[in-house]
Amino acid sequence: MREVTYGEAVREALAEEMRRDKMVALIGEDVGPYGGNFGILKGLWEEFGEERVRDTPISEVAIVGAGLGAALTGMRPVVEIMFCDFMGVAGDQLLNQVAKIRYMFGGQVEVPLTIRTTLGGGRSSAAQHSQSLHAIICHVPGIKVVVPGTHEDAKGLLKAAIRDNNPVMVFEHKMMYNKKGFIPEGEYVTPLGQAAVRREGKDLTIVAISSMVYESMALAEELSAKEGIEIEVVDPRTLVPLDEETIINSVRKTGRLVVADEGHETCGFAAEIIRRVVKVGGAFDYLDAPIEVVGTRDVPLPFSPPLENYVIPSKARIEEAVRKVLGY
Amino acid sequence: MELSKEKKLWMLERMLQIRRFEEQVYDCFLKNKIPGFAHLYIGEEAVAVGACANLREDDFITSTHRGHGHLLAKGADPDRAMAEIFGRRTGYCLGRGGTMHIADFSLGILGANGIVGGGLPISVGAGWSAKYRGTDQVTVCFFGDGASNQGAFHESVNLASVWNLPVIFVCENNQFGISVHQSRHQKIKDVAVRAKAYDIPGVIVDGMDVLAVYEACREAVERARQGGGPTIVECKTYRFMGHHVGDPGTVYRDKEEVEAWKEKCPIKCFADKLIAEGVMTAAEFEALDKRVTEQMLAAVKFAEESPWPEPEEAMEGLYV
Ligand SMILES: Cc1ncc(C[n+]2csc(CCOP(=O)(O)OP(=O)(O)O)c2C)c(N)n1
Repeated sequence: MREVTYGEAVREALAEEMRRDKMVALIGEDVGPYGGNFGILKGLWEEFGEERVRDTPISEVAIVGAGLGAALTGMRPVVEIMFCDFMGVAGDQLLNQVAKIRYMFGGQVEVPLTIRTTLGGGRSSAAQHSQSLHAIICHVPGIKVVVPGTHEDAKGLLKAAIRDNNPVMVFEHKMMYNKKGFIPEGEYVTPLGQAAVRREGKDLTIVAISSMVYESMALAEELSAKEGIEIEVVDPRTLVPLDEETIINSVRKTGRLVVADEGHETCGFAAEIIRRVVKVGGAFDYLDAPIEVVGTRDVPLPFSPPLENYVIPSKARIEEAVRKVLGY
Repeated sequence: MELSKEKKLWMLERMLQIRRFEEQVYDCFLKNKIPGFAHLYIGEEAVAVGACANLREDDFITSTHRGHGHLLAKGADPDRAMAEIFGRRTGYCLGRGGTMHIADFSLGILGANGIVGGGLPISVGAGWSAKYRGTDQVTVCFFGDGASNQGAFHESVNLASVWNLPVIFVCENNQFGISVHQSRHQKIKDVAVRAKAYDIPGVIVDGMDVLAVYEACREAVERARQGGGPTIVECKTYRFMGHHVGDPGTVYRDKEEVEAWKEKCPIKCFADKLIAEGVMTAAEFEALDKRVTEQMLAAVKFAEESPWPEPEEAMEGLYV
């Protein structure tokens, strides 16, 4: 294994795929010489040149639309929406065009388009730069949704997304970009649609999405060391398609479930996980306690740190939920 | 039209307020006193002040992510603005908004905006409303050269044009959208030429010259008030600092260019002019600067001494 930042893992995936396939090109705001808004793309423009790493005007509709048009006509583009909050600007292209084209036109075309964006709060970026809007895309059939919660996945899943012949939207967590972690040596691709059991345990399952994996793992290790509580942490890795089997098997084993996701709690992806566990997994028969959800509370993301910290999910709030479910 | 001495001094003071306010924000940011990030308006003061000098208290503005200057120009209270930037409960938005989301509806400040181009359609709504309600209020919409590539820009100007609304679209052309120079984001050099596509007047002014901005906006505001419809006023300007505090702004522009623009500092040039004309003395300018600097230090003190919001307050006020 090698130590890199999450941002470096993303850059490696892009660089490797661009070397492999000339049809892979990157467009977005400030992705060129500036190296991306978060500085993680530095070096790509130098290596691949202006034609393949291209700054766009501030025009989200055109960015997504151009990616779609290129994907329909022989390219394998990767486009960037700087913050997922700006998805709203490109709303029609995402919801009515990208998501619909293949199915609506009778399966005539493949749409090998990757859309990278960022989610997550935690740096006082307030209401329009902190949201976690992945569930909105999940709600509309037609776009695969990837939420890498580890460094290994930030690289492996992005490579899979680029190679996929369907539209894939990758939500990277902006607070993880500078965090260090480990990825395998050499080339690897992580298939879409396979959840990972990050840690085995018998007492309770946490299904954790994106950076919640990190928080949940830390909590699980702590509770194991201090109190002998063994938590199983399941990371879905991709929300569409969702590997419900791994999730259901885990809950079946532990009988207790907490879902941690930074999306808003109302109509969030956590609610969808619960629906699957209950409806598909028949959880009525084996759950030993009510399910708890830890997500972003249902207000716009506030700016001031005390307010923001109260609203976004944290290790402490996951712990609270875990204790509640264990104590039932 | 010859401007009164009071008006000229008012403009100078407002520009100076913005400059000293922003310097405090910069300083406090580097000292980790301010959460999040901050886009500073330093260098562009003449635009906000020249435009707002034409407005009444009941006129409207929409602002941008780089909004501190617009707010102060329209008369916002530096204490409450600073407190908001500090995330305190005494801020304009109770600490919920922060630097990119400050508003004062009592002064017609319909809000800064974190979405590039987000304010353009709102300004059209304010214009429609004034016309509908039969008032002669006007709306000034501030936006950047970068924002002029959003679909929202075109839709908004078109609607304002075809409905003949009292909106003045003030483009702050500082030549960059973050790192991307204008020549790499649009082929035109003058955003104002887009006015032609919507059959409205488009004018270009030196955005470092507060009187030039004032004059151009005065005509546009008068026309709008009298039912003559919208105008695009493009102000050629420059931001002296990086895109936000933390961006040195050196990767995509060279030092000479920045220095050359700093020579055109709107405040220094205007102060020199007023002194040369005998409107004020150098000593008076110094005294003014001292007073304004103290005012901004007091704003920082107010912000620092203000309480943080209680965490649970986050859940208040989503609905009426
Ligand atoms: C819809 C949207 N896209 C992208 C961004 C990121 N962003 C923030 S400011 C900025 C540049 C804006 O340029 P311009 O409109 O010229 O204003 P300036 O910053 O030069 O004042 C960008 C791309 C954003 N906030 N909103």
